Amino acid sequence: MTDILVIGAGPAGLAAAAAARRRGATVRVIDSAERTGGQYWRHLPESRPAGREAVLHHQWNTYQSLRQALEFDPGCTIDTETQVWAVERRADGTLRVNLASGDVDGTRATESVVPDRLILATGAHDRALPVPGWTLPGVFTAGAAQAMAKGERIAVGDRVVVAGSGPFLFPVTASLGQAGARVVGVFEASRPSRMARHWLARPWELAGASHKVSELAGYVAHHVRGRVPYRTGYGVVEIHGTARVEAVTVARLDADWAPVLGTERRIDCDAVCLGHGFTPRLELAVAAGCELTDERFVRVDGEQRTSVDGVFAAGEITAIGGVDLALAEGEIAGWVAAGGSTADAPVRSARRARDRFTRFAERIATAHRIGASWSSWLQDDTIVCRCEEVDAGTLNRVAESTASVGLRSLKLTTRAGLGLCQGRICGRTVEQLLAGASGCTAFADGTTTDRRPIAAPLRIGDLARAPQSTETSPHQIP
Amino acid sequence: MSARPVDPKRDPIRPGPTDSVTITFEGREYVGVRGQSVAGVLLANDVLDWRTSSTRHEPRGLFCGIGVCFDCVVTVDGQRDVRACQRTARDGAQVERQHDELPRRVEGAGS
Ligand SMILES: Cc1cc2nc3c(=O)[nH]c(=O)nc-3n(C[C@H](O)[C@H](O)[C@H](O)COP(=O)(O)OP(=O)(O)OC[C@H]3O[C@@H](n4cnc5c(N)ncnc54)[C@H](O)[C@@H]3O)c2cc1C
Ligand code: FES
Repeated sequence: MTDILVIGAGPAGLAAAAAARRRGATVRVIDSAERTGGQYWRHLPESRPAGREAVLHHQWNTYQSLRQALEFDPGCTIDTETQVWAVERRADGTLRVNLASGDVDGTRATESVVPDRLILATGAHDRALPVPGWTLPGVFTAGAAQAMAKGERIAVGDRVVVAGSGPFLFPVTASLGQAGARVVGVFEASRPSRMARHWLARPWELAGASHKVSELAGYVAHHVRGRVPYRTGYGVVEIHGTARVEAVTVARLDADWAPVLGTERRIDCDAVCLGHGFTPRLELAVAAGCELTDERFVRVDGEQRTSVDGVFAAGEITAIGGVDLALAEGEIAGWVAAGGSTADAPVRSARRARDRFTRFAERIATAHRIGASWSSWLQDDTIVCRCEEVDAGTLNRVAESTASVGLRSLKLTTRAGLGLCQGRICGRTVEQLLAGASGCTAFADGTTTDRRPIAAPLRIGDLARAPQSTETSPHQIP
Repeated sequence: MSARPVDPKRDPIRPGPTDSVTITFEGREYVGVRGQSVAGVLLANDVLDWRTSSTRHEPRGLFCGIGVCFDCVVTVDGQRDVRACQRTARDGAQVERQHDELPRRVEGAGS
C-alpha cells in the first residue's frame, strides 16, 4: 500500500487525505496548528463548545464530513501541533521530512519520515504592504483579525479600519461585525472600473462559480452596504498613534495605487487590519526542489504533480483561489498520489470544479493586482522589514549605490529579510523596492526570498537531538 | 477598551460554559478562557504589546496571528522566543516581555 504524507490540514490537505483513502492508500496528515481546518475553517477548541458555531463559517458541513471521515478511519493518522521544520532531498532521490511535535516553540520531540508520496498543502499567509505607522500595536493583518474572531472569539478593536485589496476583505469585515466590533470603513485599493472589468467580464465563465459570487454579494448586502462604508480606489496611507493606533489617514488612489494629493482624510480608530492579497507558503516545496511558476507559485500539471517525482501540491501554494479551488485540487492530488488518474469517474467533478475556479481565481488576481506605484505612500523612515527594523530610505539608498544587484548581497548589506520571520512578511516587498530603486526587474544573482532552509526555528537542543532520531515510515511513530 | 472578548451573552454562536485560565504578565494577572492562546488572553484584556523591538525600542504585539511573522514572541515560564499567537495559555503561565538588544536572526536565513 502506498504511504502518503500530507502536509497541511486545511481544505486542500483534508480533501487530499480523504481522496487518497478512497483510492486505498494509507495517509498521515501533519499540521502545526492545534486543530485541523486550516485558515478557512479555523474554529474554537473542544473546550469551548458552542451551539451555533456554524454561523461563523461557509461550507461547515463539508469540513465536518471530511473530518469525521478521516478521524474515525484507522488508515489515516492526523498529527496536529506537529511542525514540518525541514524537507531534505537525499542522494537516492527520496525526501526526508523532519517533524517536531509538542508545545509550540517549546522543547519538542523530533522525528523523520520518508514517505512514498508527499502532498504539500501548506496554504498561504496574508500579504500586508508597509504603511507609515504599520508597526504600531493595534495594526494587524486582516487574517489575524479573522483568526482571533473565529478561533478565539476576540474582537481586535472597537473602531476598526479594514484596508487592502481583494475579496478577502469581505469575510474579515463580516467576522469583525459578528465579534461586536464597529468597522468604520473598508478601503479597497482597486478602482471600481478595474474591478467591474475583471469581475464581471465573460459572465458565462462564472457559471458554476455562482455560489462564490453570491457568497461575496451576500457579504456586500448583509455586512457591508448600509452599515459599513465600503470605498473602492482608496487606501490607508498613514497610521497614527504613539503607544497604539489612534487614527489613520486614508486617501484616494490612482489606477497604480499612488495616493492622490489633496484627497487625504483622517479617521479615528483603535485597530487597523491590512490585507493586500496572499503569499504562498513555499519553503517546503522549494526545499523539496519543486519548480515555481513565473508568478511564484508551485508549478503543477493537470494531475497536481510538481516537477519532483512523487511530490504533489494542492491549494493556495499553487494559486490563490479560495476554498473551492483548494478542495478540488486536494481531491485530485490525493486520488492521483494514491495511484488513480484524472480520467477516473470519482474525480470528474473535482476536475471540472478545478478548471472553473482556476478561471475565477485568475480574474480576482487581475482585478486586485498590487498597483505599481504603491510605494509612493512610504516615507524614508517607514519600516519595511519589521524584524530587523530596516526602513524604506535605507533600502533605496543601498540599492541606488550598489552597481551589481545581487539580492543576496543587498540583503546582507541592509539586513532586510534576515530576521526571525526569514523574510516571510517583507521578502517580496523588499525585492520590489530594491529592484525598483536599482532600476532592474530581476536580480543578477537570480535569487529570490522564497528559499528558507528551515521552515520554523527549532531550539538548539532539539536540533542537536534531531539527527539521532530514528527514521520511520509515516505510520510508525518511534 | 478596544481589543476585547466577544460578550458571550450577545455572541450569535451561543457559546456553552467555559473554564477560565489565568496568566501573569509584567506582574499582573490576566484572566482568559481555557483554550485561548497567550496572545488571545492578553488581547482579551486589551493588552496590545508584549515585546520591545531591538533597534527602535518600539512596542510590538500580534501582527499576523498565524505563526508566520514572529512579531509576537515572548518568554513563557523562562523559555524565550515563544510565539504568543501559537502557544496555548496554561493556567499559571509566567509571561515576560521580550526585548533583545540586537535583532535575532535564524541561522542559514541569508540566502
Ligand atoms: C489567516 C487567514 C484567514 C483566512 N480566512 C479566510 C476566510 O475566512 N474566508 C476565505 O474565503 N478565505 C480565507 N483565507 C484564505 C484561505 O487561505 C483559503 O481560502 C483556504 O484556507 C486555503 O486552503 P489551503 O488548504 O490551501 O490552505 P490553509 O487553509 O492555509 O491550510 C494550510 C495548513 O498547512 C499548515 N502548515 C503550513 N506550513 C506547515 C508546516 N511547515 N508544518 C506543518 N503544517 C504547516 C498550516 O498550519 C495550515 O493549517 C484565509 C487566509 C489566511 C491566511
Ligand atoms: S503574530 Fe505573527 S507569529 Fe504570532
